[in-house]
Amino acid sequence: MSIYLNKDSKIIVQGMTGGMGAKHTTLMVESGANIVGGVNARKAGTTVELGGKELPVFGTVEEAMKETGADVSVAFVPPAFTKDACIEAIDAEIPLLVVITEGVPVLDTAVVVQYLEGKSTRMIGPNCPGIITPEESLAGITPHTIAGKGPVGLVSKSGTLTYQMMFELKDFGFTTAIGIGGDPIVGTTHIDALEAFENDPDTKAIVMIGEIGGDAEERAAAYIKDHVTKPVVGYVAGFTAPEGKTMGHAGAIVSGSSGTAQAKKEALEAAGVKVGKTPSETAALMREILQNL
Amino acid sequence: MPRGKTRHCSQTKRIGHLVDLMEFQAKELFAKHGVATTLGVVAETPEAARAAAEEMGGVTVVKAQVKAGGRGKAGGVKIAKTADEAESYARDILGMEIKGLTVNRVLVTPATPPVEEYYFSFLLDRSNRSHLCIASVEGGVEIEEVAKTNPEAVRQIRIDAIEGVTPEKAAAIVDEAKFPAELRDQAIEMVQKLWQVYVQEDATLVEVNPLARLEGDKLEALDGKISLDDNASEVRHPDHAQFEIREEADALESKAKDKGLNYVKLDGQVGIIGNGAGLVMSTLDVVAYAGEAHGGVKPANFLDIGGGANAQVMADGLDVILNDEQVKSVFVNVFGGITACDEVANGIKGALEILGDEASKPLVVRLDGNNVAEGRRILDELNHPLVTQVDTMDGAADKAAELAHQA
Repeated sequence: MSIYLNKDSKIIVQGMTGGMGAKHTTLMVESGANIVGGVNARKAGTTVELGGKELPVFGTVEEAMKETGADVSVAFVPPAFTKDACIEAIDAEIPLLVVITEGVPVLDTAVVVQYLEGKSTRMIGPNCPGIITPEESLAGITPHTIAGKGPVGLVSKSGTLTYQMMFELKDFGFTTAIGIGGDPIVGTTHIDALEAFENDPDTKAIVMIGEIGGDAEERAAAYIKDHVTKPVVGYVAGFTAPEGKTMGHAGAIVSGSSGTAQAKKEALEAAGVKVGKTPSETAALMREILQNL
Repeated sequence: MPRGKTRHCSQTKRIGHLVDLMEFQAKELFAKHGVATTLGVVAETPEAARAAAEEMGGVTVVKAQVKAGGRGKAGGVKIAKTADEAESYARDILGMEIKGLTVNRVLVTPATPPVEEYYFSFLLDRSNRSHLCIASVEGGVEIEEVAKTNPEAVRQIRIDAIEGVTPEKAAAIVDEAKFPAELRDQAIEMVQKLWQVYVQEDATLVEVNPLARLEGDKLEALDGKISLDDNASEVRHPDHAQFEIREEADALESKAKDKGLNYVKLDGQVGIIGNGAGLVMSTLDVVAYAGEAHGGVKPANFLDIGGGANAQVMADGLDVILNDEQVKSVFVNVFGGITACDEVANGIKGALEILGDEASKPLVVRLDGNNVAEGRRILDELNHPLVTQVDTMDGAADKAAELAHQA
């Protein structure tokens, strides 16, 4: 088992014919993921060969889903067009939409996230490395060679820390590793992923990686306390980052949290989560848990 | 990532992400969208402040222009009864440091004493993944205090990101915040215009504090703060480039920005280069911990080279870091995800060739991930006297701290 993505997932790529889209579609095909086509209105009806596979290009997400049975879309669309690409995919009722694009205006993301309410699509991202279920499927840019299948579920804001942590625990392996993205607003939160891992029978323990800023980790801590029975190990990057310049008073009034790594660590520890000071210490904490399972 | 540049995605160090505007810049955007405000005159010398005050006549306010709150408490806001006083206050304020920022300009405006002060803002609400309006008629400047002692008086109203602020919504906000009846229509109009500023300029914060009720029941934005979304500025607001004030930035930060690097100067001895914001932040932590055993050395900077670790990017990064006089050693920490370690190794090799004798400080390199064996082989073969390879992140951090302490 896994969360959100498995060996039966059929993936299309929005922006497949662009530079980044083509490069990463090739890597996804090579990883063994079932890529079934792409979307580009201007190149509809043609095919593209990527990673040794002849892939059809469709005019719309809806058409691509109808023709291929795709249930996942990965978007590598430039930031100016990401909002429209997302809304198209949501209207087509794609079950999973993974938005890799970096630099999306946050007001656009806010509109898309609002639009998702009451719809059937789950969105991951934007500005994220995507999701990998090792040895089954890959929807994103995470290298598929770092680690194999195993009992650990991983959720992280950061791409390279996802890679680092998969590397540290490669001898145990992962059910699914998901990078939710570092933007102020994202489609899938730490809490969403924690809930999914809690419900996944093959996930025996969870690593959660956070970063300074916002209060997502504090909220996740509260969720863990009430809803997660599996062991969770946490890591927060940015303990030594300098205090940011805050503008105005509004932020402090709203979040009620300083957003520092220390505050996040304390919130997680209060919820019974063991928190490592460094990636290697975090991995060691997880190792200890896994050896005692 | 789909674009050539990378960025640091956290809120805490906002440089290069959410652009904070100074008061006079915020007021320019208010005026552009028809929000009642007084622009005043920006002066960079005491003489210019005097001339502005003379021109305005009467009592004026001289205000330090820096991107920090608490300017009044720091002595950066003065009321001048005469042009002489305006000049004298400007002389005091210019060059003053407020929260570590040097004041290079003052804003001179006619003094318009408020009858009452209110608070109003629109902001991005990360927790609820939408927008929020905060409004209070209970005092402006001390809003944080009011929020603590009388939270009921500070209204928080969620804004639907798709519908935005319709005239009906604006009226509901004004009524919920209990603006005085005689100001209701004016307030509704101002709320809609402030929402225009927020949406049309792609802001993440538009704050009016105080929103003043002046003599004759006129509402005016007496002071304002705006933060712009850098992503949006890049995609659809080329005119926002005018708001960037370069002289304020650290010289090294300016240089890095010119080269498209995501760099933040810190106060330490170990230069840091890494890929990915999360990993680089984590590297800072690991170096700081390692430094505890080596005379308390600390990371000297944040530098994320993202996926573009070719020779030129690496050379640009090293060039900036080696020009930091505080730096005694450099730690290059790369986990090859998409980037292959052999490219990174060739990048380091090429950078050392480009820099020649200017490369004068020891480099500790830790490579892992994609094509690591080839990457390490290239550096072994290079056998450069300044380069040390260490296999683990912790070990490399320790080595870099040790070298910085010894230097």
